[in-house]
Amino acid sequence: MSEIIILAEVINNTLKESTAEIVSAASSLGDSLTLIVPGTSPESAAGIASTYEGIRSVIALQDDCFANFDSAAWCEAISSIAPEGHLLTSSSAIGKELAARLAVSRNSTIIQDVIKIDGQNITHPIYSGKAHQTVVLNGPSVMTIRSNIFKPTGKGGNASISNVNTSSNLRASLKEMVAKASERLDVSEADIIISGGRGMGSPSNFDKLYGIADKLGAAVGASRAAVDTWDEIPHSMQVGQTGKTVNPSLYIAVGISGAIQHLAGMRTSKYIVAINKDGTAPIFRHADYGIIATWEEALPILEQELGALLG
Amino acid sequence: MVEIVVLIKQVPDTNAKIEIKDGKADLSMIKWITSPYDEYALEIALQHKEAIGGTVTALTLGPARCDKILKDAKALGVDNIARIDVDEDYLDSFSVQSMLAQACKSLGAGMIYCGKAAADTNAGSTGPGVAEKLGWPSIANVTHVDFGESSLELMQPSSEGQAKMEVNLPVVVTCDKGMGEPRRANVKGIMMAKRAIVDLMDVENVEGNTSVLGHASPPAKPPGKSFEGSEHVPTVVKLLRDEANVI
Ligand SMILES: Cc1cc2nc3c(=O)[nH]c(=O)nc-3n(C[C@H](O)[C@H](O)[C@H](O)COP(=O)(O)OP(=O)(O)OC[C@H]3O[C@@H](n4cnc5c(N)ncnc54)[C@H](O)[C@@H]3O)c2cc1C
Ligand SMILES: Nc1ncnc2c1ncn2[C@@H]1O[C@H](COP(=O)(O)O)[C@@H](O)[C@H]1O
Repeated sequence: MSEIIILAEVINNTLKESTAEIVSAASSLGDSLTLIVPGTSPESAAGIASTYEGIRSVIALQDDCFANFDSAAWCEAISSIAPEGHLLTSSSAIGKELAARLAVSRNSTIIQDVIKIDGQNITHPIYSGKAHQTVVLNGPSVMTIRSNIFKPTGKGGNASISNVNTSSNLRASLKEMVAKASERLDVSEADIIISGGRGMGSPSNFDKLYGIADKLGAAVGASRAAVDTWDEIPHSMQVGQTGKTVNPSLYIAVGISGAIQHLAGMRTSKYIVAINKDGTAPIFRHADYGIIATWEEALPILEQELGALLG
Repeated sequence: MVEIVVLIKQVPDTNAKIEIKDGKADLSMIKWITSPYDEYALEIALQHKEAIGGTVTALTLGPARCDKILKDAKALGVDNIARIDVDEDYLDSFSVQSMLAQACKSLGAGMIYCGKAAADTNAGSTGPGVAEKLGWPSIANVTHVDFGESSLELMQPSSEGQAKMEVNLPVVVTCDKGMGEPRRANVKGIMMAKRAIVDLMDVENVEGNTSVLGHASPPAKPPGKSFEGSEHVPTVVKLLRDEANVI
């Protein structure tokens, strides 16, 4: 039986929780699981990773290149030590880019955003989630696993850890970090998102969304109409076909009609709440909970209720 | 003079409804368009040429219907248009990337631009994959480029904000929105494009290691609950806590 390799999602030497979901997805492909934990000092993350159930061995991969993302260097480091077999990682922006490179360097196919594994049949969304495609594996592949789909594996394992050092060549250099205008969470990182559309009336009304986002630990997103209409709303906030694709546990759409291109970016959210004054807006057909009301009426009550609940 | 290649892909109109027929997506009635991010890639490539010089070739891999997007690119001002001819059948990422990399090599590419993700696959695999095949670096999701003779300075989102990167040519850059609205064709361009000839590239066919079993419509969500009036906000908050367990 061939080996299954999992590339852990590690940010600043901290293991991301989503790795447990990837381990669980990998378990349905086979039971000889090797977990690679990359970092500039990956030891403690590797220690945590070794407790995931089902893992046979952990490789703590130390390389200075992991200080900043450089897909060519990271790929070089990882492919030099990863055994043959299927390789699975996260479908974060970095995960997808790195996986695409790893696939080529391993002479295999890349399948992004996997949502189901059934034997050798792998399912992933296409056409912006308007259809699901199932492909059959005829050889080793690289897959990225959508978050919030697979049940995370438990802890209680005790895998052996080996330490490996590599030193890969950086191919691009970071000149400077241009800090974000605010310290706010990015929509692609958030587990709860509240987004505003043209129905918000003016960019200053987004303050109401920020107030609620602060209570929920959420990120604030926007529709393209909001981004195109108001300079104050940057494109980095845009969710949809030509913006970001998000997959949070909870997505709250406020004053957004629910155009097909907006849905393309958020329809796979676990729960969708819509607040819109027009009961016929298409967004209500996709919402788990719809509130037909103006945001001027609904948001103050929402903020107050969340305040009472979450402090 | 740098040879700039822009990878463009023809995809179903993003507004189109995807029907499933006999277990496969039925694209026979679909209107086809240039994938939206590829329009940004074309725009950046043309700006690159305007700033530094060079030639721009738009390259696609696909069946004859894809000549339409190449002619559209020609009308915008690219110098050459080229296609790798394949039939309608599914090609997996490994074969697509291997063939595109071969064609880029034989075009003498020193710089490649493409979209950050195609509207049909939403994958974002092709740029980094082609780069790996060629042994080049790649920078993804780029929103701004300052062009130099032998290097580029680019802006790219990172978890902490915007990162300004510097990289030497040759490089693959995958393009996000940001460098201004893509230009539109003028009448002269459209007339010229009519007469343009698509260069059919001869590349070695590469087999992938996946095949498509079929397509399905995403399972329908159970109908949600709708409430009329803001007085129901507390009910929804309660449901989010007790039924959905998300707050
Ligand atoms: C190629 C292409 C790509 C695109 N990509 C994207 C994309 O990435 N993301 C995206 O979002 N769109 C995208 N679009 C645009 C998309 O088609 C819609 O135009 C856009 O999503 C509409 O944004 P909206 O819902 O905010 O605005 P509108 O459609 O104008 O809707 C505003 C809504 O607000 C409601 N409203 C008004 N006032 C209030 C109030 N006081 N309280 C509550 N509700 C109120 C209205 O009832 C209405 O439903 C794309 C389009 C194309 C052609
Ligand atoms: N068949 C193709 N022909 C030309 N370019 C392509 C093709 N497939 C993908 N690309 C390019 O790669 C980008 C990303 O595609 P994808 O990896 O499918 O998300 C697209 O936006 C195009 O620029």
